[in-house]
Amino acid sequence: MSEIISVRRRRLILGLGAGAGSLLLGGCDRLSNLPQTESVLGSAEWLTRAAQRAIVSRDALAPQFTRADIAPVFRANGTTDPANPDYQALARNGFRDWRLRVDGLVERPGSFSLDDIRSMPAQTQITRHDCVEGWSCIGEWTGPRLREVLSRVVPRPQARYVMFFCADPMDDGSDFYYESIDMRTAAHPQTLLAYALNGETLPMAYGAPLRLRLGRQLGYKMAKYVMHIQLVQSYRPFGQGGGGYWEDQGYAWYAGI
Amino acid sequence: MKHSSGFSEGADRKVYIYRHTLAVRVLHWVNFLTLAIMLMSGLQIFNARPDLYWGASSDFSHPILALYAMQDDRGDTKGVTAIGSHTFVTTGFLGWSRGADGQYTERGFPRWATLPSDTWLAMGRLWHFFFAWVLVVNGALYVLLALISGHLRRDLWMRRTDWRRLGHTLLEHLRLRFPKGEEARRYNGLQKLAYLCVIFGIAPLIVLTGLTMSPTIDAGYPWLLWLFDGRQSARTIHFVCAMALLGFFLVHLAMVLLSGVWNNLRSMITGRYAIEVAAPATESEHE
Repeated sequence: MSEIISVRRRRLILGLGAGAGSLLLGGCDRLSNLPQTESVLGSAEWLTRAAQRAIVSRDALAPQFTRADIAPVFRANGTTDPANPDYQALARNGFRDWRLRVDGLVERPGSFSLDDIRSMPAQTQITRHDCVEGWSCIGEWTGPRLREVLSRVVPRPQARYVMFFCADPMDDGSDFYYESIDMRTAAHPQTLLAYALNGETLPMAYGAPLRLRLGRQLGYKMAKYVMHIQLVQSYRPFGQGGGGYWEDQGYAWYAGI
Repeated sequence: MKHSSGFSEGADRKVYIYRHTLAVRVLHWVNFLTLAIMLMSGLQIFNARPDLYWGASSDFSHPILALYAMQDDRGDTKGVTAIGSHTFVTTGFLGWSRGADGQYTERGFPRWATLPSDTWLAMGRLWHFFFAWVLVVNGALYVLLALISGHLRRDLWMRRTDWRRLGHTLLEHLRLRFPKGEEARRYNGLQKLAYLCVIFGIAPLIVLTGLTMSPTIDAGYPWLLWLFDGRQSARTIHFVCAMALLGFFLVHLAMVLLSGVWNNLRSMITGRYAIEVAAPATESEHE
């Protein structure tokens, strides 16, 4: 008798457990689709960012590696061949007509050719690229520090963010990839505008002719095919206001984890 | 664990002891909910790149573990789980399972195991990094309270007798014979070891390997990379720890079910745990 009861009880418990489990699951799925959920869960991102800022100096350097660590095949992610006729025309001509516009909250808006950029003091560093998907690849990047480029246009004190506008069209082609970083990150010694990967001219799949390289953030922050840099007070007026293409899809702006 | 009350029931006397303090009970259920969300949102994140590597970077030709779909000789698509150079067909579960529309699709872990169910990395990360804070705060509170209240020293710390009887306790558990009467007043050695491994082994390891995956943390604390042999190793260890916690949970659940489910559940809800004492009843206390 008590055996039967205990079997029934066990079934009941298991049933209740499974029921509670699927309720929790379904509940979390339904919650995920509510706009409030994103803002509630997203509040922890502010906390994580504040905690990271509190325990890691803004000047701390990302670990550097040796030539032996360089990935034999560096994974190319996101856009690898921009479906943009203007860009493709520039590429066919070896980017000889390509110009990088740098303007916004600066004293002397400028426009730089690839040769101008190549003649600036360059930095070569072997760092790890961490994709938000979870993989990592190590490569050797060469290019001037962003602060070197910015020093030529003289940022105004009101400038708080650096916007990067890119040549790669996203989705149906109505939007282009864009990103933003703050001035502290822009001044970091490992923040480069890279024109070479592993000692060779940057291939198209990796963002030719010029891409952003950051030492301490995830891959999606590192805009490829950079065409236009603009210093601004706020990134809110651009795109959907998230500060970048992936940020507009719900990914964190600070991208530190 | 103090006596609270008892009543007579034939020859055996059922005695209720106060097993779990209110704090332990609340922290236990918060922890349960949090771990479930962490595991499932973690699997969503894992699915974005359903393979694991060792070292600083991903050597794509040598994954330790990879879940993917492939076509066999007949042109049928199979789900494959590769561990090192060994492959297993796991169609319907790992690598190839049904999506929201009921059609088979390539995905690491199946819909029912991930949060959200559909492939949605950004939302998985939001859940994971929110509940990571809940987990850490809840865990830190538990350790702090366990230290201050003496719970750790009194109830969890391994004693010499626990070590001596460990083999015997293991055999008894394998025969599904669980401590009764006076023996059941205390945690046995196996129980203590399992809890201690989780609290002071897997939990800190999963937090540290999680932090090591952050490129910003790596800049400030490069010794973490040295400790875990690189970011991809840290990701692998993080995954193994999650599976170990899942294993702990399954064994824990089995033990709860097998060793008196109502009694165990009651003790974790009201705090009161019944033990049977063989001594004849000399008093009759009632609730």
